[in-house]
Amino acid sequence: MAMPLKAMSVLAWRNLWRNYRRTLIMLLAITLGAWAMIFMTALLRGMVDDMVKQGIAALPGHVQVHAAAYRDDPSVTHSLPAPGQALLRVLNGPQVTAWSSRVKVPAMISSEYDNRGVFLLGVDPAEELSLGFKAADIVEGRFLEGSDDTGVVVGRKMLQRLETRLGNRVVLMSQDPDNAIADGGFRIVGVFKAELESREEGYVYAGRDAVQKMLGIGSEISEIAVLGHDYKTPEKLAASIRAVLPPDVDVKTWRELDPYLATMMRVMNGFVLVWMVVIFLALSFGLVNTLMMAVFERVREIGLMRALGMRPSAILYQILVESLMLLALGLLAGNLLALGTVMPLRDGIDISAVSQGLEMMGASSVLYPVLLWPDLLLANAVVITLGMITSLLPAWRAARYRPVEALTRT
Amino acid sequence: MSSISCRDLCKYYQQGDAVIKGLDHVDLEIEQGAFICLSGPSGSGKTTLLNAIGGLDSLDSGEISIDGQRVDQLGKAALADLRLYHIGFVFQAYNLIPVLSARENVEFVMQVQGVGAAERKSRSSEILREVGLEGMENRRPAQLSGGQQQRVAVARAIVSQPKLVLADEPTANLDSASMKKLMAHFRELNRVHKVTFLIATHDQRVMEWAERRISMVDGRVVSDELQQAC
Repeated sequence: MAMPLKAMSVLAWRNLWRNYRRTLIMLLAITLGAWAMIFMTALLRGMVDDMVKQGIAALPGHVQVHAAAYRDDPSVTHSLPAPGQALLRVLNGPQVTAWSSRVKVPAMISSEYDNRGVFLLGVDPAEELSLGFKAADIVEGRFLEGSDDTGVVVGRKMLQRLETRLGNRVVLMSQDPDNAIADGGFRIVGVFKAELESREEGYVYAGRDAVQKMLGIGSEISEIAVLGHDYKTPEKLAASIRAVLPPDVDVKTWRELDPYLATMMRVMNGFVLVWMVVIFLALSFGLVNTLMMAVFERVREIGLMRALGMRPSAILYQILVESLMLLALGLLAGNLLALGTVMPLRDGIDISAVSQGLEMMGASSVLYPVLLWPDLLLANAVVITLGMITSLLPAWRAARYRPVEALTRT
Repeated sequence: MSSISCRDLCKYYQQGDAVIKGLDHVDLEIEQGAFICLSGPSGSGKTTLLNAIGGLDSLDSGEISIDGQRVDQLGKAALADLRLYHIGFVFQAYNLIPVLSARENVEFVMQVQGVGAAERKSRSSEILREVGLEGMENRRPAQLSGGQQQRVAVARAIVSQPKLVLADEPTANLDSASMKKLMAHFRELNRVHKVTFLIATHDQRVMEWAERRISMVDGRVVSDELQQAC
């Protein structure tokens, strides 16, 4: 017969506090371990989330449409026609939050002092703003006012590189479909900033119509960038777009366009679990030692309980209940500590001291911890599950004591 | 229950090169409702015999039957159940659970048996009153004297009304008045409820309460006599 759980719990609770110092030390270890699991996971999630969002914003869009060979050779010779009726129905449908058709070609931008290679983006500013370009990112001047705007908007870093200023003229030079030079003079009407300096140096915005005219490509475009509702599930959106386009048109999700990012996300889930298990393994040595000592000190008492009629399995459950209480208490404190440290940081942690290194990884200099319920549950599940498995050894040893030997132990 | 048959019990202990005979070909028949004292010097085998009958220790050879059931052949779980429901133990050291109060120690066996809370409380209160510990129910063992702890242990052994009580020096550390009270209680249980008592003791005063006295030396039964009990 086993004791009722309530009686076992009372006994377990009192036994926990027989050596309160040892119990407090173990509780502290579990609390800090749980806190580390949850807090660090939240930071990592935030960093990866930021990287993914930055990456998607840089692309931009969850899905992009190109001519078949464009991604290998992003020149005007690999252009698409403007979206037709069938595609427009999908692009204006419920799956799509925003979309933009763009001309995107490699070009040279020159000032009187310097010249740089860039990607020239011919855009409709209204579409671009809906796709994620933020008006607040314009730090000088203005953004484009229409797709026929003849001005250009350059990055802050590019302005420095070219040693020029707002209002000055620059020359943009690229190739037309006949491989002849296509160039034009444009006035700098705006300067933008970006999270990543590489964007500020790599892209120049101009009106789509103006760029199409400069390149002599009529109404053709280089890409259509499409934003859905959830970056985690772009496949369905891509399938809808593919269905209305010829098979030789290249429709890719952001996972395919940026495999590094996609891998980061996939690896993240596995990494979180490994991280938690590693922390717990460090904890487990202390846990086993604590329980072994607790059992060792109570050998006579265990012998007594066996002598009074408790089955070996009941002794085992008794020790496991004690362990469960210890783990649960530590987890409660650890969870509260984690929540108490993550919540105040939801406005972000400024780590601009290492921003250059982060930029190489595609992350911004402000880190926003992201606490997900599945991560919280996983941390608790790892501690409880592995903790109970770890406790089996001392519990099993306790259950195996022979009553007469245990009773006579001094 | 509790007619006990012991046939050719042998239990040996190895101490270095020497072999100590805990039990050396012991044969005994104990009838239901007997009140027996086991006497003998230290190391004579009294405790070993009690442990063997109670299933706490294994034998090297021999058979023990309680009401026809072979105790020496039972598994761990079955032995635990036997001790839980049918046997009460009083150990030489008081062996109380230190984190439980006197009442909780007394109720421990009943809790494992699954007795309800109200009944547990009622029986534990009554038995603690009978052993003279009324008002001390909530004290922990560390707050009780040696004699009081022994009385708690005795109360625990008999509260669940077992059919067999195995007591190893139950009156150690008890004053004469307490000893008499305890033995009177044992005798009442014996007479009224036919509880079988097997008491190992050095105490001559305790032996006078027994109907039958078994003397042991070096693991052997050297005498087995009926006597007039108090």
